Formats: sequence, structure tokens, C-alpha cells
Amino acid sequence: MATKSKNPVWVFFASVKLALFLLITLASTSIIGTVIQQNQPAGQYVQQYGENMAGLIQMLSIDDMYNSWWFLALLGIFSLNLIICSLERIPNVIRIIRKDNLTTNPERLHKMRLHKSIQLSGSPAAAQQAVTDYLAGCGWKTKSRDKENGPLLFSQKGGWTRFGVYIVHVSILTILLGAVIGSSNFAQKVLHKPDFAFKGSIMVPESQETDFIFAFQSGDKIDLGFTIRCNYFTIEYYDNGMPKTYLSKVSVLEDGRPVPLKNGETVHNLEVNRPLTYKGITFYQSSYQPYSDFLVNITNTNSGEGHTHNSIISEGKQIEFADDNISFGIINQETRGEAVQRVKIWFTDNQGDPSIFWLNNDQEAVIERPSGEYTLRVKQLYATGLQVTKDPGVWWVYTGCGMMLFGLFVAFFMSHRKIWAHVYEDDGQPTVIFAGSANKNKVGFEKIFTALVDGFKESKKV
Amino acid sequence: MNSSQLFGITTLTYLLSSAFYIGLLIFKNKKIGLIGLGLAIFGATALTAALGLRWYESYQLGIGHAPLTNMYESLVFFAWCTTLFYIFLEFKFKIRVVGAFVMPFAFTAMAYASFAKGINQQINPLIPALQSNWLIAHVMTCFIGYAAFAVAGGLGLMYLLKKSAVNRGLAENSLTGGLPELKIIDDLTHKTIIFGFMWLTAGIITGAVWANEAWGTYWSWDPKETWSIITWFVYALTLHARFTRGWSGSRIAWLAIIGFISVFFTYFGVNFLLSGLHSYGSS
Repeated sequence: MATKSKNPVWVFFASVKLALFLLITLASTSIIGTVIQQNQPAGQYVQQYGENMAGLIQMLSIDDMYNSWWFLALLGIFSLNLIICSLERIPNVIRIIRKDNLTTNPERLHKMRLHKSIQLSGSPAAAQQAVTDYLAGCGWKTKSRDKENGPLLFSQKGGWTRFGVYIVHVSILTILLGAVIGSSNFAQKVLHKPDFAFKGSIMVPESQETDFIFAFQSGDKIDLGFTIRCNYFTIEYYDNGMPKTYLSKVSVLEDGRPVPLKNGETVHNLEVNRPLTYKGITFYQSSYQPYSDFLVNITNTNSGEGHTHNSIISEGKQIEFADDNISFGIINQETRGEAVQRVKIWFTDNQGDPSIFWLNNDQEAVIERPSGEYTLRVKQLYATGLQVTKDPGVWWVYTGCGMMLFGLFVAFFMSHRKIWAHVYEDDGQPTVIFAGSANKNKVGFEKIFTALVDGFKESKKV
Repeated sequence: MNSSQLFGITTLTYLLSSAFYIGLLIFKNKKIGLIGLGLAIFGATALTAALGLRWYESYQLGIGHAPLTNMYESLVFFAWCTTLFYIFLEFKFKIRVVGAFVMPFAFTAMAYASFAKGINQQINPLIPALQSNWLIAHVMTCFIGYAAFAVAGGLGLMYLLKKSAVNRGLAENSLTGGLPELKIIDDLTHKTIIFGFMWLTAGIITGAVWANEAWGTYWSWDPKETWSIITWFVYALTLHARFTRGWSGSRIAWLAIIGFISVFFTYFGVNFLLSGLHSYGSS
């Protein structure tokens, strides 16, 4: 350590001054990105801030400042500072924890802030045994060493809690490492494996499927390695018109066959806050797109299950299902905004007058015709917008978060506590002096110490 | 009795409590302080009932959810956390006069929630993004942190007032004479910041986990997220300055105040001045 501490670079990165400087710098530069809108087209900065300012913004990548070279460099120096300042201090902590506290001169016990002497009866050996047993009974297992005027006993707890602050430091590094592992930039530019970690999106119309997505920013196509299908999409509303649920029913297909998902079924109800993860890739309900086409589903109930026809149709077009000898069309529609409320259906089996009627969107109708009974459902076609993420670093981040909370708790609320007891003869009578210290929460430790000593006094009375 | 009546009673009680605590500061009469505390406890009880009732009322409307979903509810919850945290401090550390620096915060939050323009008091159903169990965990952890930082800010202010009085050699019977000793205020500020820092950290983490669950990214540098990390940096700086450089006294008091300004901006400024993912918090 001594040789290393002479290296000025090492000293620079180990210093707390650097840490304070970095915290101030990170805090104050972070403000910029909350005031200047991020990731806007270049023209907008020119319009908003003028030619010169916009030039500066581009030069310093302030339009994407949290990914800019200088901000990442700050985070890099911050990481180095954390590592080196921890490495610099941990040996000293180990020295403190391993310290042989039995070398303490018993005289010092009388000068400690917390100490208390108690006179005992009987032999010194019995007194030592009594103190040892009592402390062990209270959870303080002692070691002892004979001193000139009697044995010194020592016990400590929570030495490891001195590492609390370093647990926090390591937790920050773990989170940053997780962020790097999960970064699509890192996967693309360093690993050259864009499918290792990515964020992207895809629009999938109902009844359609996809086996790729488009990455954010680059717009590159990324293969999923399997197929995802959107079976159904709907929006539910509250009475006051606020959206209540965005729901996509999705399936995952491998070799063309739907596979069972985590819930054991082949269909997952994808909602906001209820994503679907398959093979490390997670799908989120993020947007939707209504179309002017319709999904039609007609079943001839007399001829059984086999005679179900699904198809997509636009308004004003007619379709025919020759095997059942039926024709169908949508001749009018009623919309609210972009959402179709109901449609006017034209339906015939080429026997008698066609059936013409209004039907609510996505509601089943039963049509009695001379040729038999048909059920019919017409639904406005939607595409569901999925955000698709593969982030192999997220568990590092979560582990780091857990470590951080644990480390903060240890660093702030747990302490390294030490108890000494020295048994000696005072005027020919065995006497024990207890002393104690803690590196943190001294008030709390004082209570523990007082209770411990009082308890011993009590036990001697009996 | 409905929840809005109870909210009104609370607002009035907090005003009276603030007045009595300030009275304690001026007249140094213990009885006045005791009334201030009694009013604070009564107000907090009424507010607890009001929050519970509002929660219940939301179920009556068929849109049941915890009352933590818009600016009105969050202000009220902030007032609730701050008062409870302060009452706890008063019982633990026996420093009654601090109420004069804390209860006005709680009253202001209640009054602003009730009377400010553009704050919607209606119980609205939850939009899909907010329909998550993380909602309660995230809002609670954040606001316990905010409450502690509000108290720390009040303590910092108190420290600086006392300090300037001491420096000018003002006598014990002046306005600041009734304040606790500088060392005690300093220690309490530090403890409060530690407590708040734990909860702020937990609040940021629950927010990150939730964001990952809802949007597929645990951190997107949205202004609210960024300001929360700025606040975290400010308090991390404060703790390091104290632990490793031995800072205390006025410098820590200033940092407690700067920290609270940052908290205030995270909570308020972001919603009103900047745009981002947290927009549902602004009405």
C-alpha cells in the first residue's frame, strides 16, 4: 500500500475530494438535460436556441447528454474513484477488525467513556469464570489473556459492519455494470452482437405475426428467434371516458405452433404493467393503431365447427365464401374519433332478401337464414404496438439495488461493538471492570452496555 | 361526514397547530407548545381518517385505489407523512419548538392542495400505467423520504437562525433563545437526513423496478428520474462531507436546505415546469 500511495494518479483517484467534486458535477450537469429537451431533431434546437447555441448543443451532444462522451466519462471516473478509494481504505478496515484487542493495557479501561467496576466475592479464578459465563450467556463470547494483575477478557460483535459503506460502493458499481451489460450501444459497438441486448418496438396487426422487431434509434431489424402473434386487441374505457385497459392477447409460436407460456396457457393477456417474457425477451403493451379494415368471423352453426370463416375486409367491399354460398359486406359505419362504434352489415346466403342490420363493434350476432343459422362477429382491425426489450443486465441492476439498501442500513444503523472485562484484585478483593465502545450509534450502545453491566450486578446478588 | 370535510378540518387544525408552535417560539410557554402538539396529533388523526375514507369512497365509486394517484392526493399524503414524522421526532427527541419550523410546511401543503387553482380534488379512476402494486410501494417510500427532508430543511433553517443570533450575541430571552442548542439541532439534522436518504433510495429503486415492469426500462433519464438522482447526489454529498471531511454546523444546515429545494423541485417543479413521463402527477 505504501508504495502505491506515492503514485500521484492513485492518490488523485483515491481522494474524497474527487468524490465530492464528482457528486457536485454529476448533480449540476444532470440538470441541463432536464431543461433542454432530449433527443429532438436538430432543427428544433436551432429554432428554439438559435444557430450558435444549437451548434454548441450538437458539439457537446447535449441533445442526448446522458449518453454523451463527457457524461459517460464522468460516470467512468466516478466508478474509478469508487473502486480506488475503496481499495485504498479496505486494508485499513481489515486491520481494525483483525486488531488484537487483548493487547490493550487494562489501565486504559478506566479511561474509556463507558466503564464500570464491580466488586466480587470468592476467588479470582471463580470471578473470571463467572464473568466469562455471564458474557457468553448474553451472547458475548470472550477470549482472554493473562495480564500482570489478572486476566483481560474481550469480545466483539459486528466487526463486519465496518464494510457497510463499501457494500454501498460495490452496489453502485454493480448497478453501473448491469447498465453496461444491458446497453444496446455496448452490444452493438463493443460486442458486435446487436441481439445480445436491445430495445425496440413493432406494430403487429390483429391476426398477424412477426419474428423480428425494429431497434430504437438505429431502426435495425433484429430477429427474435421465434414468432409472436397478436390474436386480439381491445381498449376498455371507464364511464367517464378515461382508458381503463389496453389489452393484447398474444401467443408465441415456435415452428408454427403456439408454445405454452409461463401461465401454462398458449395465450398471454398483455397489458400495461403485465409484460410477457419469453427466452429473455420481454414484450410490453405500449401503443396501438386503429385501421379502417375489419376482422370478420362467420360460422355456419348448422354445418358445425369446420365452417368458420375469418377474413379481413374494408368498408364497401364484398366477400364471398363459396363453400357455404354466402356473401357479406359492410355498407356503413359509425365512429367516435378513430374508434368504430357500430357497423351496418349486408349479409346473404343467396336465398331470399339479404339481411341488413346495424351491429356493435366486436359483438356477436346470430342470423337466421333460409339456409340455416349463422353467427357473425365484426371487429375494427387494430395493430398493437409492442415495446420489445432484451436486457441481460437487469438482474445485475436489481442485485445492486438490493445490496445498496442492505449496505446503507448496515452503514447507518449497525455498529462494531467491543466489550472488555478485566478481573483484578483490589485490596485483596476480586474486582471486575467492564468497558465498552462502539464506532456508531453510541447512545444505543450505552444502553446495551449499561443493561449488560446491571444484569451482571443483579446476577451476583442472588 | 365525507373525506373532503375531514380534509378541511385537518387544514384548519394544522393552521392552528402552526400558530401555537410559533406562539411557543415567541412566548416560550410550555402550555402553548403542548396545545400545538395536541392539535398536530388531532390533525394527523383526522387526516388518517380522511385518507382512509377517501380510499373507501373510491371503492364505492367502483374504481377502488389507494389515494396516492394525483397532485391533490400526493400533497395530502406529503402533509400526512411530514406530520407523523415530526410527531415521532418530538416524542423521541423532546424538541417541541421544531414544530414551528415543520407544521407550517404541512399546513401549506394542505392549503395548497385545497385552494390552489388547477388542482383536481376529484377521485379519478386509474389509467393503465398506474394499475400496479408498485404504486403504493413507490409513492410511500418517496414521500416518507420527502417528509424527512422537509423536516431536515426546517431544522437547517432553525440552525442558521440560531447561529446568527448567537453570532450577534443576542440574549437567551430573544426569539431564538427557546431553540435547542446548536449541537442538538445539528445532530438531529444529520439523523433526519440519514433517515430520508434510506427512504429516497428505496423510492428511486421501487420506481426503477416499476418502470421496468411497465415500460421495459428501469431508467430513462426522464426529468423526474433525473431530478430524483440529483437530489440523491446532493444528500450523498452531504453525508460524505460529514463522514469524511467532518463537516457540521452551518455547512450541513445549508446543504439540508439546498437538498430540500432539490426535493421540492423533484416533486413540484418537474411536474409544472418540465414535461415527462410523470405527467399524471401534475393535475
